[in-house]
Amino acid sequence: MNTIAGYNFAYLDEQTKRMIRRALLKAVAIPGYQVPFGSREMPLPYGWGTGGIQITASILGRDDVLKVIDQGSDDTTNAVNIRRFFARTAGIATTEKTEDATIIQTRHRIPEKPLSEQQIMVYQVPLPEPLARLEPREAVTRKLHALADYGLMHVKLYEDIARYGHIASTYDYPVLVNGRYLMAPSPIPKFDNPKLHMNPALQLFGAGREKRVYAIPPYTKVESLDFEDHPFSVQRWEDPCALCGAEDSFLDEVVLDDAGGRMFVCSDSDYCTTRQAAGHTGSQSPVAKEAA
Amino acid sequence: MNPLLRVNGLSKRYGERIGCADVGFDLYPGEVLAVVGESGSGKSTLLQLLSTRLPADAGSIHYQITGRGLVDMAHLSEAERRWLLRTDWGFVEQNPRDGLRMNVSAGANVGERLMATGARHYGQIRATASDWLARVELDPARLDELPAGFSGGMQQRLQIARNLVTRPRLVFMDEPTAGLDVSVQARLLDLMRELVTDLGLAAVIVTHDLAVARLLAHRLLVMRQGRVVETGLTDQVLDDPQHPYTQLLVSSVLQV
Ligand SMILES: [Zn+2]
Repeated sequence: MNTIAGYNFAYLDEQTKRMIRRALLKAVAIPGYQVPFGSREMPLPYGWGTGGIQITASILGRDDVLKVIDQGSDDTTNAVNIRRFFARTAGIATTEKTEDATIIQTRHRIPEKPLSEQQIMVYQVPLPEPLARLEPREAVTRKLHALADYGLMHVKLYEDIARYGHIASTYDYPVLVNGRYLMAPSPIPKFDNPKLHMNPALQLFGAGREKRVYAIPPYTKVESLDFEDHPFSVQRWEDPCALCGAEDSFLDEVVLDDAGGRMFVCSDSDYCTTRQAAGHTGSQSPVAKEAA
Repeated sequence: MNPLLRVNGLSKRYGERIGCADVGFDLYPGEVLAVVGESGSGKSTLLQLLSTRLPADAGSIHYQITGRGLVDMAHLSEAERRWLLRTDWGFVEQNPRDGLRMNVSAGANVGERLMATGARHYGQIRATASDWLARVELDPARLDELPAGFSGGMQQRLQIARNLVTRPRLVFMDEPTAGLDVSVQARLLDLMRELVTDLGLAAVIVTHDLAVARLLAHRLLVMRQGRVVETGLTDQVLDDPQHPYTQLLVSSVLQV
């Protein structure tokens, strides 16, 4: 065992993990419903994904392979810290390859590679209540959920179109799960919303500060809210990824130099490097540049 | 004709104090009932009870639900009650700020009930909201403006449009013209009278202003210390009051 002495497997004690697993079972039984749980203090500050970490700690087994992504990347500080945390406290294997992972903890993205029934997504959620900005009183939002009374969310979308000509939310775009519960999909780009729908993987969401977990079981219907004459649509880019030529991935803008040079590349770093390794090229690939 | 609303023995106490005691009446479709009395007479408590915002200690409220007949409101589920409140009923607050969403546009305010009842076509919601602004004499060009930029009288008209957009059959109004300038009041009353007639609305209007009652109401309910002391056709009650308290009210001794 190469774990740190003095800690239980995956840091949390077994009683806490059982408590969280019970909350998760309830969450799976009622797709999209926010289940309260007794959030524990974690050795990372709120905002670093303590909700997601507690879920991962509760479901992690010794044979699991963990991938952690932040903004689509495996090597940001947050992703590296969380991966290292579990490697040390649970001694489990970690990976950057989407297809090799059994659990993927994420902030901001869903991998581009399709997920399988053998995988679990764990989302870090800062604000679990999709109605919070419209109705700050929790007693009221709870009642609105109980009665599936979601007209207020459409008032917000109406107001967006009236003001900006389109629905302004590009991240954390509200969805209706299983035709019943309104849910905040965490700050993923709306580009990823279609991946929530009928996904073979189990999707778990954890908000540490707000002490809530919720879930989308495999193969569950997830609709992005919209109007008939302003249908939901995802972001599109004019050019493919400058490094791997992908036309189907979410792109980030990267500044190249002080002269205003920039390029658009896959935000999912594993997807991009895998494609490059397979020989795909883009306008800024070393090969393409040499040829030019 | 069957009553739209049937109220029996409605009572509410606040500790030792009587909010409202043994109030009963029938309200028919298209009928406007004014509840008049001084402040503290129980008229506001009665309105809270009727609109099911406040639970009564005793008594019952039956409402004629389309296709179901007279239904005891206490037997409706919370979901059914809320649905009724946002489709077939309306509530116009004394202060429009309490009845409007001040942080969204006039169009969204009027469109909210439509969206809450399943409307999902932006263009149609907008067109309906625009029609309603015109109907309450607001410039449809101001559809995208926030209500905060509207005058008090305009806000009150917007609140009325927001309530009427689903074509309710029953509207509760709490001192709808109080706090407005006299000239603005007169115009609003004219508009309300037109709307009530055109839409065949039934309404319960709480007011301390007998002029409002005379202009809008078919019938009057005079309240004092939580009890109904006199009731009858508006002109009859105001021209020939029977109860000494009504006589005092009408002689304007008690008018504020
Ligand atoms: Zn790429």
